[in-house]
Amino acid sequence: MADLETFRSETRAWLEANCPPEMRQPVRDEDDVYWGGRRATFKNDAQKAWLEACVAKGYTVPSWPKEYGGAGLSPAEAKVLREEMGRIGARPPLSSFGIWMLGPALLHFGTEGQKQRFLNEIARGEIRWCQGYSEPGSGSDLVSLQTYGEDKGDHWVVNGQKIWTSYADHADWIFCLVRTDKENKYGGITFMLYDMASEGVTTKPIKLISGNSPFCETFFDNVKVPKSYGDDVPAYVGTINRGWDVAKYLLGHEREMISGADGGDRTAGIGAAMKRHAARLGDELDPVLRAELAMFDVDALAYTAMGEKFLDEIKVGKAHPAQPNMMKYAGTELNKRRHELVMAVGGSRSLEWESEATEGGKPSRSWLRTKANSIEGGTSEVMLNVISKRILDLPGA
Amino acid sequence: MPLYHNEDQAMLADTAAGFMAEEGNIAKQLRHWRDRNCKDGFGHGLWKQMAEMGFTGMLVDEADGGLGMGHVEAGIVLEEIGRNLTPSPFLTSSVLAATALKHGSNDLKGRYLPGLIAGDSVFAVAIDETAKHRPQRITTRAEKSGNGFRLTGAKSFVIQGASSDMIVVAARTSGSDEDADGITLFAVPKDAAGMSHDAVRLVDSSMATHTKFDGVELDGDAVIGEIDGGRAVLDAMLLAGRVGAAAEGVGVARGAMDMTVTYLKQRKQFGKLIGEFQALQHRASHLYSEVEIARAVTIKAQQLLDAGAPSAELMASVAKAKVAKTARLAVQEGVQMHGGIGMTDEYDIGLYMKRDRALAEFLGDAYYHANRVAELSGY
Ligand SMILES: Cc1cc2nc3c(=O)[nH]c(=O)nc-3n(C[C@H](O)[C@H](O)[C@H](O)COP(=O)(O)OP(=O)(O)OC[C@H]3O[C@@H](n4cnc5c(N)ncnc54)[C@H](O)[C@@H]3O)c2cc1C
Ligand SMILES: Cc1cc2nc3c(=O)[nH]c(=O)nc-3n(C[C@H](O)[C@H](O)[C@H](O)COP(=O)(O)OP(=O)(O)OC[C@H]3O[C@@H](n4cnc5c(N)ncnc54)[C@H](O)[C@@H]3O)c2cc1C
Repeated sequence: MADLETFRSETRAWLEANCPPEMRQPVRDEDDVYWGGRRATFKNDAQKAWLEACVAKGYTVPSWPKEYGGAGLSPAEAKVLREEMGRIGARPPLSSFGIWMLGPALLHFGTEGQKQRFLNEIARGEIRWCQGYSEPGSGSDLVSLQTYGEDKGDHWVVNGQKIWTSYADHADWIFCLVRTDKENKYGGITFMLYDMASEGVTTKPIKLISGNSPFCETFFDNVKVPKSYGDDVPAYVGTINRGWDVAKYLLGHEREMISGADGGDRTAGIGAAMKRHAARLGDELDPVLRAELAMFDVDALAYTAMGEKFLDEIKVGKAHPAQPNMMKYAGTELNKRRHELVMAVGGSRSLEWESEATEGGKPSRSWLRTKANSIEGGTSEVMLNVISKRILDLPGA
Repeated sequence: MPLYHNEDQAMLADTAAGFMAEEGNIAKQLRHWRDRNCKDGFGHGLWKQMAEMGFTGMLVDEADGGLGMGHVEAGIVLEEIGRNLTPSPFLTSSVLAATALKHGSNDLKGRYLPGLIAGDSVFAVAIDETAKHRPQRITTRAEKSGNGFRLTGAKSFVIQGASSDMIVVAARTSGSDEDADGITLFAVPKDAAGMSHDAVRLVDSSMATHTKFDGVELDGDAVIGEIDGGRAVLDAMLLAGRVGAAAEGVGVARGAMDMTVTYLKQRKQFGKLIGEFQALQHRASHLYSEVEIARAVTIKAQQLLDAGAPSAELMASVAKAKVAKTARLAVQEGVQMHGGIGMTDEYDIGLYMKRDRALAEFLGDAYYHANRVAELSGY
């Protein structure tokens, strides 16, 4: 306990010395988020300095082991760091599918060689990854995927199409589910890693209802994927044809991230902030709207406690393995409700699409973006199916 | 503090679960006493057994002969009470009245606590005066009279009022009806002259009273805490009671949900188990999620209260409101998914619906507490 207090004061001092004031402001637009990668440019010096300080300290991936670019923090220390960063409103130094998704999968399933190479690159933000799971015919029914890798001895030749690949056009590498055995549904998928610059890979952006186009259709036309990138660095994670296990493990982490159970504040109460906001706009809260906000806060504060309980239980192995599905379901439905309320409090002001005052129509664009929360990473319906089957043990589910 | 039970608490949970399922189950207690039209609405034998288990004095300090445990532990017992719909004076006596008596004189403690700990005494609390919980407004008056007080007024929804050996009464000793201050708490003994009980059976088969105080003469030593300064004690008592009621509500929700999920796995229609229909699976899974969340925030509130944290009040209201919403969902889905049989008296699911209705109203319903959440958050 005393150690933790020491850690807290050291962390506080370190943040004071290393987190530039510009990095203690709320994120306003895409530019403010640094995703790393070969083609990345910094918006300003502060963004660069903040990343470099965190990389040196291992704070882009604080709980990863030191030899893989992390800081080797215990869960309790990582929590202190999150709290202290939250206290000064520090932005995450680096956003990355490598950190949220591939990293945990490599830590669990990767070879030593893979960990040395890929985890360190991810921690330093050198390579930007994208996730090649969904296909036009395989969304919720992901295991039906058809992208095929034909075995040519020392390499595969991959053909097929992925869809909804977030930021594929900005990504350097892809972690991709490829069918390598057509006869075996679950036992015929390989989890491959390859360069998006490989010959035969093309991407085409898809525009969203929010006006942004963060994701793409991704096409593979005779892409040559070697089986290895060097000694102990296979081009696939886990075992050939056993990629489904890796895919599911990774989805668990993706769901935790989307659900906000990772300590994000997207699910905390908002009533008080909305009241101040309405007052600034010269409005009063309608009593019925106030009541909705209060009911939302009840649900949101209760969910926040659930998130804490879930993390506490994970640490000691008490959580049900399917609990991330429940967190994802409840958290994303809540986040959608939150943004409906934000829109309602803002009134006509929140309808603005291109405006200085609302920072480029942030409320309306964010509201539209949240509608994807209950779709991406597995839909709410699919989450409920998993709860029925794996937790409630309902028949035929 | 991690949000799960530590080893001792987990052991207590096992013990309490076993005991309530064995001794406090619906057939042995709720139905038994209901079918006999018992005037108390609960069995004194079970209360005595609960004393032998060490439950009755859990929240009483060790110095006063109790176990000096916290609200997490009391919540464990309450959750099992909820799951089994066990009628007992635990919430009113061991949580609410015991919390009030913590602030009482040594004399008061000496007079009442041994009986509580031994399971010989039952206590009630008289706070509400209207059909909805409104503890801000207390009109029952206690006027100075000799070296004591004269109590005049009426209270409603006094759970187990007629069966109680002592009632904790919140009365006004100064100021006007809407004032926060000027409240005093009294320990009013069972046989006080001028007190009358109009006993009613409630929908959940529990007994409550509309109690009148018609110039009840009380000694000065009946005062719990400070004269005119009773609001703090009242608030502490309400806080403990709300967190306790939330825990019992979690038990009611879990009990109803478990029964329903079991039924979904047994009942066949259209040549299938009804649990195979996705329309029902999704509703059951949604319910599961809500129950887990309600349980999490209840443990959070219990821990904050035990730690004496200022945020305990906010989280207690969050818990009470969340549990009320969740238990309501659990009993409504429970009856609906049981189909016609859910409407029969023979089947237990309807009993959960009745208990939920009464428990949700006790110490403030979901609306009351959502409103508190807004007020405490400054909007
Ligand atoms: C913003 C965003 C980002 C994404 N990023 C990526 C990414 O980076 N990489 C990637 O690979 N994918 C990504 N996805 C894709 C995402 O994983 C899929 O959209 C998701 O799995 C749902 O698949 P689908 O869109 O094909 O819907 P479908 O599977 O066609 O579902 C349509 C509807 O039917 C329902 N449904 C389907 N099956 C069942 C069932 N058995 N029971 C009940 N209801 C059912 C669904 O719940 C849904 O409501 C992203 C999606 C979004 C919206
Ligand atoms: C007060 C009362 C009066 C009644 N009066 C009469 C009367 O006068 N005459 C008479 O003949 N009957 C009467 N009934 C019976 C009534 O019609 C049945 O209770 C009703 O049809 C439901 O059937 P069940 O009770 O067998 O429920 P079940 O069919 O067992 O249903 C249990 C649950 O499963 C759900 N379920 C069942 N099948 C499906 C499915 N395919 N998909 C999704 N969900 C499903 C149901 O909606 C329900 O929630 C009465 C019932 C009541 C409660």
